[in-house]
Amino acid sequence: MPVARLVTAAALISAFSGHAPAAGPQDAPPGALSCSGCHPTGPSTGSEMQRLVGRNPDDIVAAMQAFRSGQRTSITMERIAKGFSEDEVKAIASWYGAQKD
Amino acid sequence: MSARNRREFLKSTAAAAGAMFPLPAFAQGAAGRVVVIGGGFGGATCARFIKRVDPRIAVTLVEADPIFTACPLSNLVIAGLRDLKAQQFGYDKIAADQVEIQISPGLAVDNQGRTVTLGTGTRLPYDRLVLAPGIDIRWNALPGYNEAAAERMPHAWKAGEQTSLLRRQLEAMEDGGTVVISVPANPFRCPPGPYERASLIAYYLKTRKPKSKVVILDSNDSFSKQRLFQNAWKTLYPNLEWVSLSDDGKVTAVDPRTMTLTTDFGKHKADVANVIPPQKAGRIAEIASAADRTGWCPVNPLTFESTLAPNIHVIGDAALSGAMPKSAFAANAEGKLCAVTVARLLAGGNPEQPKFVNTCYSLVAPDYGISVGGVYQAAADGQFKEVEGSGGVSPVDAPPATRAHEAALAHEWFKTTAQEIFG
Repeated sequence: MPVARLVTAAALISAFSGHAPAAGPQDAPPGALSCSGCHPTGPSTGSEMQRLVGRNPDDIVAAMQAFRSGQRTSITMERIAKGFSEDEVKAIASWYGAQKD
Repeated sequence: MSARNRREFLKSTAAAAGAMFPLPAFAQGAAGRVVVIGGGFGGATCARFIKRVDPRIAVTLVEADPIFTACPLSNLVIAGLRDLKAQQFGYDKIAADQVEIQISPGLAVDNQGRTVTLGTGTRLPYDRLVLAPGIDIRWNALPGYNEAAAERMPHAWKAGEQTSLLRRQLEAMEDGGTVVISVPANPFRCPPGPYERASLIAYYLKTRKPKSKVVILDSNDSFSKQRLFQNAWKTLYPNLEWVSLSDDGKVTAVDPRTMTLTTDFGKHKADVANVIPPQKAGRIAEIASAADRTGWCPVNPLTFESTLAPNIHVIGDAALSGAMPKSAFAANAEGKLCAVTVARLLAGGNPEQPKFVNTCYSLVAPDYGISVGGVYQAAADGQFKEVEGSGGVSPVDAPPATRAHEAALAHEWFKTTAQEIFG
């Protein structure tokens, strides 16, 4: 019961303070807006490409690390992952994670 | 004009401007007013994303054609493997996002009064203008190549009727004919495009008119994804010949009447001639004084603002953006970033240091794809450079399954990007 109250209160505070999660294009960290050229963000087009929106950020970070180190192979992502630092990847991952499908 | 007359003229122009133009929306306290000219991969993306960043900003998208015909994958149309309709998109969904659509060519840009005048006579005041006009052909830069010549020797470098014309010519050509493709000196739209086109035409000929051949006359000595293309050609298309600049590949004149392409030391007779001519930024860039002597638009890579014209941003193929290639992927990425930058500038904020990805697939055959990818950011000299250690092309030795997979990815990319922009 107190938990539910707390959640309601938090939701209200968030609604009134106008603090949307930092997930709009204006909050996109460097590089993040390019990803949606290939990774769908809108309605499904039946693409085999992984969706990034709403994903657990840790999964995205892990995948990018694996691409960079060559542990995981991909035709294009190996080349692209090498252009981003660990911190940049974390920022991109948490931005996508904060978005809703 | 004497000094006095000039003063008088300036005074009267200023007065007229005050009378004729309403105050920009921004000055009236609203979130601002943006006009985007050009409804392709860069402009349509930008217009849509500005509304996503701040719905209060009034956005007008100006485009001459009610239907956009995309260039990527249009080489498949030329090879008879895809319907031109699959390349075409309308602006309904963008309009539904509260972007005002004006179907009309932009006729004039008043930099000082910050107003665009359309062919319809409509005047659009702006706080920020985004130009995404793509390319225009530099008619007569190649002697003999004018608008009339393009009806005989299509460029097909702006997709649409020209694409269909080249297709029809290939269909009509007798088996045993020669297709000549001429490639201009860099820079031009879609660096690997001529070589993808040569490949897919060669594919069509190999399957339907096997005694025919393709000759590329090139004004360059090297090209995008060169090793991958050439390796594939060796096995797939023995009837495809590439003539480099050093081997007298540079076309110096064309004659549509005799279907002849002239180089420094030779003449090439063609049954079908695809002349990819020298290019420049779309005409509105020149009208807006945003193009320099090269015909392209120098920009500040931080904001994509023109370094020549105030309050104007230039994105996509028209912009001179260092190592960033003139690709649809890059235009789309720039469109999104420019939207954020414009909204931030209108709100009085500062833009962040941008970073971009480019990915570009080419088809050597319908089931044989290759790609180049890279990550770009502005270097100390202010120009976009590839991030060291990143980027590159598909592996040189890859099994057929990988090539087939990349061919599928080319289609995936097109669908996803088209959905993001027009869907």
